[in-house]
Amino acid sequence: MDISTTYLGLDLRSPLIPSAAAPLSENIDTIKQLEDAGAAAIVLHSVFEEQLKQEQYELEHHLSYGTESFAEALTYFPEPETFHVGPEVYLDHIREAKQAIDIPVIASLNGSSLGGWTHFAKLIQEAGADALELNIYSIPTDMHKTSAQVEQDYLDIATAVRSEVTIPVALKLSPFFSNMAYMAKRLDDLGINGLVLFNRFYQPDIDLEELIVRPNILLSSAQDMRLPMRWIAILYGRINADLASTSGVMHGRDVVKMLMSGAKATQVCSALLRHGIPYLQTLEAELKHWMEEHEYESVQLMQGSMSQINCPDESSFERVQYMKGIQSYQPESFAFAP
Amino acid sequence: MSNPTFATLDGNEAVARIAYKLNEVIAIYPITPASPMGEWSDAWMSEERPNLWGTVPSVVALQAESGAAASVHGALQTGSLTTTFTASQGLLLMIPNMYKIAGELSPCVIHVAARSLAAQALSIFGDHSDVMAARATGFAMLCSASVQEAHDLALIAHVVTLETRVPFLHFFDGFRTSHEVQKIKEISDDVLRQMVDDEWIFAHRNRAMTPDRPVLRGTAQNPDVYFQARESANPFYEHCGEAVERAMVQFQELTGREYQLYQYVGAPDAERVIVLMGSGAETAHEAVAHLTNQGEKIGVLKVRLYRPFVNAKFVAALPETVKAIAVLDRTKEPGAAGDPLYLDVVNALMESWPNATVPKVIGGRYGLSSKEFTPAMVKGLFDNLAQAQAKNHFTIGINDDVSHTSLSFDRTFDTEPDNVVRAMFYGLGSDGTVGANKNTIKIIGGETDNYAQGYFVYDSKKSGAVTISHLRFGPQPIRSTYLISQANFVGCHQWTFLEKLDVLSGVANGAIFLLNSPYGPDEVWSQIPLETQEQIVRLGLKFYVIDANKVARESGMGNRINTVMQTCFFALSNVLPREQAIAQIKKAIEKTYGKKGQRIVQMNLQAVDSTLDNLFEVNVGEANSLVRRRPAMPDDAPEFVREVEGKILVNRGDELPVSALPCDGTYPTDTAKWEKRNVAQFIPTWDPDVCVQCGKCILLCPHAVIRGKVYDEAQLANAPETFKATASRDRDFRGQKFTIQVSPEDCTGCGICVDVCPAKNKAQPSRRALNMEDQLPLREPESANWDFFLDLPAPDRTQLKLNQVRQQQLQEPLFEFSGACAGCGETPYLKLASQLFGDRMIIANATGCSSIYGGNLPTTPWAKDAHGRGPTWSNSLFEDNAEFGFGFRLSLDKHAAFATELLQGLAGQVGDNLASAILGNSQKTEADIWEQRDRVAALKQALQGIDSPEAKQLASLADYLVKKSVWLVGGDGWAYDIGFGGLDHVLASGRNVNALVMDTEVYSNTGGQASKATPRGAVAKFAAGGKPAAKKDLGLIAMTYGNIYVASVAMGARDEHTLRAFLEAEAYDGPSLIIAYSHCIAHGINMQTAMTHQKEIVESGRWLLYRYNPDLAAQGQNPLQLDSRAPKKGVQESMYNENRFKMLTKTKPDAAKQLLADAQADVNHRWQMYEYLASRQVTANGNGSNGNDE
Repeated sequence: MDISTTYLGLDLRSPLIPSAAAPLSENIDTIKQLEDAGAAAIVLHSVFEEQLKQEQYELEHHLSYGTESFAEALTYFPEPETFHVGPEVYLDHIREAKQAIDIPVIASLNGSSLGGWTHFAKLIQEAGADALELNIYSIPTDMHKTSAQVEQDYLDIATAVRSEVTIPVALKLSPFFSNMAYMAKRLDDLGINGLVLFNRFYQPDIDLEELIVRPNILLSSAQDMRLPMRWIAILYGRINADLASTSGVMHGRDVVKMLMSGAKATQVCSALLRHGIPYLQTLEAELKHWMEEHEYESVQLMQGSMSQINCPDESSFERVQYMKGIQSYQPESFAFAP
Repeated sequence: MSNPTFATLDGNEAVARIAYKLNEVIAIYPITPASPMGEWSDAWMSEERPNLWGTVPSVVALQAESGAAASVHGALQTGSLTTTFTASQGLLLMIPNMYKIAGELSPCVIHVAARSLAAQALSIFGDHSDVMAARATGFAMLCSASVQEAHDLALIAHVVTLETRVPFLHFFDGFRTSHEVQKIKEISDDVLRQMVDDEWIFAHRNRAMTPDRPVLRGTAQNPDVYFQARESANPFYEHCGEAVERAMVQFQELTGREYQLYQYVGAPDAERVIVLMGSGAETAHEAVAHLTNQGEKIGVLKVRLYRPFVNAKFVAALPETVKAIAVLDRTKEPGAAGDPLYLDVVNALMESWPNATVPKVIGGRYGLSSKEFTPAMVKGLFDNLAQAQAKNHFTIGINDDVSHTSLSFDRTFDTEPDNVVRAMFYGLGSDGTVGANKNTIKIIGGETDNYAQGYFVYDSKKSGAVTISHLRFGPQPIRSTYLISQANFVGCHQWTFLEKLDVLSGVANGAIFLLNSPYGPDEVWSQIPLETQEQIVRLGLKFYVIDANKVARESGMGNRINTVMQTCFFALSNVLPREQAIAQIKKAIEKTYGKKGQRIVQMNLQAVDSTLDNLFEVNVGEANSLVRRRPAMPDDAPEFVREVEGKILVNRGDELPVSALPCDGTYPTDTAKWEKRNVAQFIPTWDPDVCVQCGKCILLCPHAVIRGKVYDEAQLANAPETFKATASRDRDFRGQKFTIQVSPEDCTGCGICVDVCPAKNKAQPSRRALNMEDQLPLREPESANWDFFLDLPAPDRTQLKLNQVRQQQLQEPLFEFSGACAGCGETPYLKLASQLFGDRMIIANATGCSSIYGGNLPTTPWAKDAHGRGPTWSNSLFEDNAEFGFGFRLSLDKHAAFATELLQGLAGQVGDNLASAILGNSQKTEADIWEQRDRVAALKQALQGIDSPEAKQLASLADYLVKKSVWLVGGDGWAYDIGFGGLDHVLASGRNVNALVMDTEVYSNTGGQASKATPRGAVAKFAAGGKPAAKKDLGLIAMTYGNIYVASVAMGARDEHTLRAFLEAEAYDGPSLIIAYSHCIAHGINMQTAMTHQKEIVESGRWLLYRYNPDLAAQGQNPLQLDSRAPKKGVQESMYNENRFKMLTKTKPDAAKQLLADAQADVNHRWQMYEYLASRQVTANGNGSNGNDE
C-alpha cells in the first residue's frame, strides 16, 4: 500500500503533517518524536510579524530605560556586542531541526501587513527550510477600508514574500472572503505553491469576574473540518497550487475525506495536543486500515476523487445542497409537533 | 612610528582597555566613578576577548573592595598579573592590603578614578582625597590629567611596576576624566608588546608561592628586625623614578607622545609658576598658553609621578627664574600644616633648590568634589602670586566668608579659542539626550579631523532627571576641563525646563538656541517666559523650534527625542555640511541600533528624515511675555529651603558662600515637599463613585502622592469647588466623609496606583477608581485641593486598626516625594515604616539608592508630623550600616537606662505615681506611647522645679524614656555582600534593631552589578553571561540563630502580609530582619505593572512569603510560618517578563536554557525545604524566652 504523497513539490511518506503550533515544534526533542511517530513533514510554529518587531522594541526599551539619567548608574545592563534578536532564534531553530530530522521542515511566518518583516522569508530559506507556510492573519476592523483593499493586502504580502524566496510557499488563509474561489485563483496566479485551508481565528472570551477580555484558544472539534473540506473540494483541479487541510482532523477517516476532497496533505494539531504525539501513528494506522478495507492501493488514487469536479453531484458543495440540508434536519422537539 | 588609530571614548574605557590587555586576574567591585572599568572587563571576558598574550583574563567580582584587594594580593603572591579598579571609600578599604602588597614588592597597578571621601557628606565626584589617604602605603602614584594621558600612563604604570616591583596606584580625576568623552590616539598591541618585557613577567612568576618552590611570606617580626626589614626595600623606590622616566622616553619613541615626571609648560623665564596634578593641569595649561601669548612670565608644572616624589627631578623641571610658586591641592587635610602636595613641594625646594634664594611657595585648595576649575581661576592664582603679600593656605573657586581663605578672580576671563564649537544641551534622562550626544561626539571625532570632547552633568534625582551635556569640537586637542560658559549652541530638549531653569545662562552673543516646543514658530514666542525672551533679545540669539515629541511619536519612538534633536543640531550647527551630517547620523544609527534589530534602525532613520521638515526658525519679537519663570522654591518655604536648597535646585549652588552651609553636615528634614517638581505628564484622578476605599493605592504609591483621610462633613464647608469626597465605607467611620487626594505637582506619573487599583467602573471596565489624566490642566485645581486636603484633621493614630490596610493607610507618611525612580519598588516599604513608626524612628541607611533618594541634596523626603516629630536619618558608609545603627541602639538603651536610674532616684521628688507610671509602661501599643509622651512631658515640667545635678541630667535624657525604634535600612549589596559580616553580628547580638533589606537583587545605585542576591540566570553587570550561582538565602541564615525575627515580604504580592510583618518585626523585642522584594528598573520590567508582577513572582515560587517569629518558638509553636502557597506555575513565565532574564536568550541562548532549568530546580528545592521547616513539630524551649537579652 502506498500512502506517499507530494505537497509543495516535496515527496512525503504520508499525507500526515503536524501543523504549526508551538507545543508541537518549539522543542527539537518533540520534533524528533513526531518524526519517529511518522510525521511526513514538520511545519514549525509561526514566527510573528509583531514578535519580530515587538521583541526589538522591548529589548531596546529595557536596555535604554532609565539610562544616562543618574551619574552613578548610566546604564543598567551590560551590552554585549551581538544579540540574537527574534529571527536569529527562529533561524537557529530551523537549522537545528534540519540537523535533527530527515523529513522536510516547513517554516511558518505569520503577519498581517506589508513591511520589513517579509525580508525574513529569505533568511528562513537561507537557514535551510524546505518550504515556507505564510499565515496571513488579518482581522479588518477599519470601517473605511473596502473589501477590495483587504484582499489587495493579502496579494501584496504574498507577492512580497514570494519574491524573497525560491523555495515553495504555501499560504494559510481564513475562509472570510467575499469570494474564496476568486482569492484562491489570484493567489495561484502569483505563483503560490499551496493553500492551507483554513486558519482558525483566535476568539477571545470575557472573564466575568475580572471584567477583562482573555485569550481563549479552543482546540478544534470534528465539525471544524467541514468548511476546509468543502473548499478543498471546490478548488481541487481548478488551481495549480496544492491544497492542504487543517482543522478538525480527528480520525483516520477524516484524513480520507480530506484526501478525497483534494488535499495533498492533511495537517493535524488538536488531535495530537489532546492525545499525544503517538496518536499520529494511530491516525496513520486508521488511514491504512480504511484503505485496506476499501481496497485503495494508494493515497494518490483517492486524492480529489470526491472533489467538486469529480464527485457524482457537482452541486453538493453549493447552495442547492444547503436547501437539502435544511429540509433534512428535523430537531427532536419538532418531531412531535402537531 | 605607525599612524595612530583614533578612538572616541571616556577615561574609564581608555584605562580599562590597557588594564585588560596587560593582566591575567582582575578582581572587581562596583564603586562610582570607577565601576565602568570593572564592567568593561567583565563584558570583555564574557565575550572571551583575549589579553595581550592570548588568554582571556579571569575577571571576578568580590563582596567588597577589601575582598578585591585581598584577592589581588593573593593572585600576586601566586604569580599572576593582577589589577583592580576603585575609588573613594573603596580605596580606603584596600589600604591594609596595599601596605602588604607594597611591603612584599608585588608588581601590580590599581587604577583609581579619584573621588571625594565621605566626611560631612558623601560625594561621588572627583578630587584627590582618596588617593592622598593612600599615599603612605608604599604604592607609587602616577597621575593622569586627561583621557589620553589616562590611556597612556596606564601602560607606563604597568610597565614600570613589572620592571621595578614597586606597585602603582594610577589615578585620574573621577568624572572629569573618568567620564569625559574625548577623541584619543589608541595604543596598539604592537606598542604594548614592545613596552612590556616578558622577562619581567617570568621573574614575577618565579617569585610566586608554589609548593614546588616553597617559601614563607607574611611573617610576624619583632623589635629586633622589623625596622631594618622595612628599610630594606629603599633601593626599589630610589630607582623607581628613573624607571618611569625611561618608560616615558620609550613610549615617546614609539608613539610620539611626550610625558615627563614633572612637566613644565609656560614661559622659559617664568617668575610665577603654579604646581598641580590631575585634570586641572589641562585647564592651567590652556590658561598659561593664553597668558604667555600676552607676554606674561608664568608657567605651570604638571605633577605626574607623585610617589615616589623625586625632589631633584621636580626642582629641575622648574625654570630657574621662578620667584613664586603656588601649589594646588585637590584635597583637604583639616588641621595639617598644609595640604600634601604643597608640603611635598616645600620639602623638595628646601632640600634640592640649587640656589640660596628659595622661591616663595604658597599652597591652597581647589576643585573639591569636582568643583569647577576654570582659566579665570588660574588667572586669579597668578594674580595672587604677583601680590607682595600673596595669600597662603587659600581656596579658589568658592566664596569662603567664614575663614576668608578664598581668592577672588575675574569670572569674565575666558580663554576658549574662537574655532571651537561649544554646545550645551538640556535634556531629560529619559529622552535619550546624553546618548545622542555621545553619538554625536563619535561621529565628529570619527568622521572629521576635529577633536571632540563631551562632558555630562547629571541630576541628583532618579526620576525626571535633568541632564546637561557640554560638547566641544575643534581642530586642536581640547584641554578645557571645565564646563562651557560661552556656548554658541544651546539645545533645550524639554519645554518644561523653561518654567524653572535658566537654560541660557551660559550662552554667547549671537548663539543658536534650539527649543523642543509643543508650540509652532508662530505661537512659541508668546509662550516662553519673559526672562527667556529678554535673554534672546539681549544676546541676539537665533531661535529655532521643533516639536520633537511629535516627530518622535510619529516615528514610533515614543518620548525618545534624541535622534530628532541630534539631527537638528547637525542641521543648524554646520559642524559638518548638512548632507554629510545626515548621512553620518544614519550610519551611526545603523551602528548603534543594528544589533538590536532593523525595526529600531528603521524608526530612527524615519525620525531623521522627518526632522528637517519640522524644524523652524522663529521670528524674535519684543520681550513682552506674560509668562514668568517660577521661583525655585515657594515664598512660604523656610528661609534655608528657599535661600540655600532653592539655589542648589536651580543649578546655582556654586554661588553659595561657606557660611550658608552647615559646618557639621546637619540638614533639616521635611523639605522635599517644597520642590514641586512637576515631572509627570499624566497623573491619577480619583473617581469616588467607583472607589472601594481599600487603601492599596496609598500603600503602594512609591512617592507618597496619594493620600486618604476620613473626616467630619463639616470640614468641607470651605472646600475648593473641585474637591472630591464621598461617604466613608468603613463601619468604624460611619457617617464620616472620605477622600483620596493626589498631589499633582509631586506625582511622577508612574501609574502604579492605577495598575493596583482593584475597583473597576462597572459601566466602563477600562476605567478604575484611579485613572491617568493630563497633568497640565489639573495642576492648578488639584494643587488647591491638595492644600485643602493637607489642612483637614489627621485621624487619631491611637484609634486606627493597624492590621487593616484601609485604616492603617490613613496614617500620615513621613517619607514623601523622594527623587527615586518613577515606580520605585523600595520606597513603598520606607513609606510604610514611616507611617507606622516614623514619629519614633531613627534610621541608619547604608549607602545605595535609599541613601541617595533619602539624603542627596538639596532636599530630603524624610518628613515631620504636626508635632515636629519624624524619622531622624543618617548614612555612615556602605559596609558598616548595621554596626552604625547598632551604635544607635546601644546609645539609646544607655540613655534610657541612665534616665531610668535617675528617675528611680528622683521618684519622690517628681511624684511616685508619675515615676512608676513611666517606668511601668511597656509601650507596646500606639496609645501606650502617646501616654508615655504625655507623662514624660509632665516629668520634664516637674524637673524644672528641682535644682539638682540629677534633675538636670534627667531633664536632658527624659525623652529617651519614650520608645525609639531603630532601623537599619539598605539594599542587598549592603546586606548580602559588603555589610553581611556586620549585619550578621548585629542580628546575632540580640539587641532590638530592625533591619530592612530592600532586596532589588542587584546593585541598583551603581547601575546594576550582580550581588549575591542576584538570582540564577539573571543578566547583570559582572554577570554578563547570566548569574551562574543561585541566590543566597539570607533569611535562612538568619533563622539559624533562632532568636531573630525574620520575614520575607513582597508588598505587591500581598500587602497585608507585609503590613503584618512590619508590625511584628517592630514589636519583637529583639533583632528583626525584613527582606523585602523590591522591583527595580535594573530588572528591565514594565515599571507601571511592577507591583502586580510581584504576584507572578510569588506564585512561581521565585520569592517566598514567610515570617519566622522566635516568640512562637517560646510558646512551643513552629516559629516559621510559610505564608505563600506552593508554586502554581513555572518560573519561566515570570522570569521572561523581565529583561534581566530574557536578554540572556538573545545573547547566550544555550546558557539561558540551562540556567532556566537550574532556576526552576532552585525554586523546587527551596520550596520543599521551607515546606519541611514550616511543618516541623517543635517543642518549647522551656523558659518562655525568645533567646534575647532580657
